[in-house]
Amino acid sequence: MDTTAVSTDTEGKTWGGGNKPLGASYGKLMMWFFIVSDALTFSGFLVAYGFSRFKFIDSWPIADEVFTHVPFFHGNYPMIYVAFMTFVLIMSSVTMVLAVDAGHHMKKNKVIWYMFLTIIGGAIFVGSQAWEWATFIKGDYSAVQTNGGNIIQFGEYVDVDGEQKFKRVAVADFTIASASERIRHESENGIWYSDEKALPEFTVDDVVKGLQANSNIVARTQIINAEGEKTVMSRAESIDMIKNNGKQVVSGANLVINEYGTNLFADFFFFITGFHGFHVFSGVVINIIIFFNVILGTYERRGSYEMVEKVGLYWHFVDLVWVFVFTFFYLV
Amino acid sequence: MAEAHKLEILRGLIKFKSNTSKIWGVLILLTIITLVEVVLGIYKPEALKAKLLGMKALNWIFIILTIVKAYYITWDFMHMRDETASLRRMVVWTAVFLICYLVFILLQEGGYIQRIYESGFIKRDF
Repeated sequence: MDTTAVSTDTEGKTWGGGNKPLGASYGKLMMWFFIVSDALTFSGFLVAYGFSRFKFIDSWPIADEVFTHVPFFHGNYPMIYVAFMTFVLIMSSVTMVLAVDAGHHMKKNKVIWYMFLTIIGGAIFVGSQAWEWATFIKGDYSAVQTNGGNIIQFGEYVDVDGEQKFKRVAVADFTIASASERIRHESENGIWYSDEKALPEFTVDDVVKGLQANSNIVARTQIINAEGEKTVMSRAESIDMIKNNGKQVVSGANLVINEYGTNLFADFFFFITGFHGFHVFSGVVINIIIFFNVILGTYERRGSYEMVEKVGLYWHFVDLVWVFVFTFFYLV
Repeated sequence: MAEAHKLEILRGLIKFKSNTSKIWGVLILLTIITLVEVVLGIYKPEALKAKLLGMKALNWIFIILTIVKAYYITWDFMHMRDETASLRRMVVWTAVFLICYLVFILLQEGGYIQRIYESGFIKRDF
């Protein structure tokens, strides 16, 4: 590692990293320490997700039914957008490693270009994640939450190539909101510290009426049957379920409600992809700082582009974590 | 420093001429793996839904492919291939050992709670 050695005044001092334990410079070794500890943090989060998922293994939401949107396109495209995000991140990892390689050869202009492309890739990824969050929060079809906290979703059987297939129907498509006297309580109308969230558009009674009026609509529970699909109830069971157990209509997802299934799914989705997204964001910020340092010629004067290598390590680590998040949230 | 890079991947099956071509080679490999994952994830072949060691065969494929991807990212992008054996072991063994432990304990416990729910000790359906 001759060309990457940093000549600083710590040279020769053991604890300053002068004699390079394990053949790596002080900075690189410390970056590896950080990466190992951060890897264990992410492992803790992902394993906690696994724990909750195993708890509800027979009723966990099916990712292919949750993440089905692609910007600017209508229709049902599971996996496509997240595959694109994965590819963008891998690609920005490649430009980063090419920047490191150019740094080893002291080619300043090449480092600048590759760093620039890496930053663009990171920005596209963070933007995509924001869009993914917004879509997830907004929701798709809405659902009814029961008193026990279970989510009941609606759909109808349609004929696809001579086969009866269950197709989701949005609550708003078969329910008509009744006139309600209930007004949202806002803090300015009462005690200043007491208010409530926006009221759901429909009440459970509206949904029951809608179900009774539309004979094609059936409900399904979250329980996964032997075919790996959610169990669809009969008409009578559907109406009974909503009438007796229905608590509220839920649209979209946040930390309290989740129309896609168990609340824990949304909680972990926000927490883990959020923590990862924060890493990508800080990676982009650090990359920008290093990018300007490269332009200013800091590393050219120092005689080594090792700093690019160190932020590179962090950047690849972020990619590495995403590979696991991708598998456990979208594939498995 | 370019001379110091180890340029073989897949146990010497493919040997690259320069570090740059190795990087592009690894990108192609990672892209192929991701494409396989995405295609399997969209179509979910019936044959792979059979249970194997307590989990769907398809899920095992996903997890193994993920570990393969993680290996190439660490070894070639993070240059672990070029580090000393002791640094490599310090990083990899520590993480692998602790993660195996965590995964075993927590998934075991999660499965236990699921069985409690299933046998009806806690009512969820109301």
